[in-house]
Amino acid sequence: MATVLLPRSLLSLFPGVERRHELGGDTVDEILAALDGAAPGMRDRLVEEGPRLRRHINVFVDGQPADLRTPVGEGSTVHVIPAVSGG
Amino acid sequence: MPDVQLLVGTPKGAFILDGDGDRRDWSLRGPLCDGWPIHDLIVEPGSGAILAAGGSPWYGPAVWRSDDDGRTWTHSSEGLTYGDGDGTTPIATIWSLATGPDGTVYAGVEPAGLFRSADGCRTWSHVEGLTNHPTRPTWGPGAGGLILHTIVPHPSDPQRMWVGISAVGVFETRDGGASWEPRNKGVRADFVPGPPPETGQCVHKLAMAAGEPETLYQQNHCGQYRSTDGGATWTDLSTNGVPSQFGFPLVTHPRDPKTFWVIPLTQPEEGRFMPDASAAVWRTTDGGDSFTREDRGLPQEDAYLSVLREAMARDTLDPVGITFGTKTGQLWHSSDEGASWRLVTGNLPEIWAVEANVRDS
Repeated sequence: MATVLLPRSLLSLFPGVERRHELGGDTVDEILAALDGAAPGMRDRLVEEGPRLRRHINVFVDGQPADLRTPVGEGSTVHVIPAVSGG
Repeated sequence: MPDVQLLVGTPKGAFILDGDGDRRDWSLRGPLCDGWPIHDLIVEPGSGAILAAGGSPWYGPAVWRSDDDGRTWTHSSEGLTYGDGDGTTPIATIWSLATGPDGTVYAGVEPAGLFRSADGCRTWSHVEGLTNHPTRPTWGPGAGGLILHTIVPHPSDPQRMWVGISAVGVFETRDGGASWEPRNKGVRADFVPGPPPETGQCVHKLAMAAGEPETLYQQNHCGQYRSTDGGATWTDLSTNGVPSQFGFPLVTHPRDPKTFWVIPLTQPEEGRFMPDASAAVWRTTDGGDSFTREDRGLPQEDAYLSVLREAMARDTLDPVGITFGTKTGQLWHSSDEGASWRLVTGNLPEIWAVEANVRDS
């Protein structure tokens, strides 16, 4: 299981969803699929056609920039952070 | 006595102004929809739900829905996609919404395409017939992008509708979206050499005459136009008294098929302002054969104002109320069909969309 931390602006789109999740998955893509199971529709907010992460969404795995194919290990921490390039 | 509610879309969220029956005092709520850029708002007939279309630079496109007068909202983009795969272009935002006579909700997106929802905007399906039109390889963006910005459903035939796409033109379907035909004959495209092409015209706004579904009016990059044959042919109206052939919004009267309002603007290279730095709305009551300037109450000097295609609306009261919003965040209202104007508020963000919702008190 990995720890996934979500940003405030994403949580405001999904009332009642917690900031911190413990989810299973071997890649960022699988983690986000699991996240969508917990919060239906959330994957659409983070992933665009390709599929790839939306342009102004950053994901970090254990502090390192990641994309959908990035491996996620047991006990990893995954941060989802809106980029300063957006807006 | 009915009251009027103004729905306003901006790059910093939706706003709602609740008016009294006299349309003189308004109270503001917002920003709504989490402050997302909102390109269009409509009211769903029957349910009265408010639907808002837009897209977040971080979180992508979605249609927002409120069933409690804008107090709480849900959003969805499930099915609003051209699919995955190499070369697929993500949908950047949703530009337009409309409802068909059978309750289907339609959404126009960027890059230009059409989607429909039969479940109150929870899920969407792609109207592939338009995206697969044989002219698609020739479609290029206008200054605002390759956007499907106007959807005009037939009032009683769910199989028929017209759409407007910037720098591509008007298309009509008669089979529920399976196939489409260009409807641009007679519309100039002065920015390309040679005779007017079949497609490539830059339609800015399309609207239907009240009670006459075969009569359409168009504000184009290259003039104002009228069609009385369902868009098959168009008559140029831009030499009938308007100060500029360029403009964005066009709004039709809810009951009189020959009355509509436009806001002519200077050419793009001149700033897209209301001409002579003098604000005015222009009205026709004869189907565009002549136009009258309406400016009482509007600033007449040093006014560099512009109004975008979706930023003018009318209510259904008698006399009709007209409201327009400017790129400078000013919202102006007339309760007498444009004869006189009052400033509702001058402190909103850039206004992208205005809709008027009449409700029984």
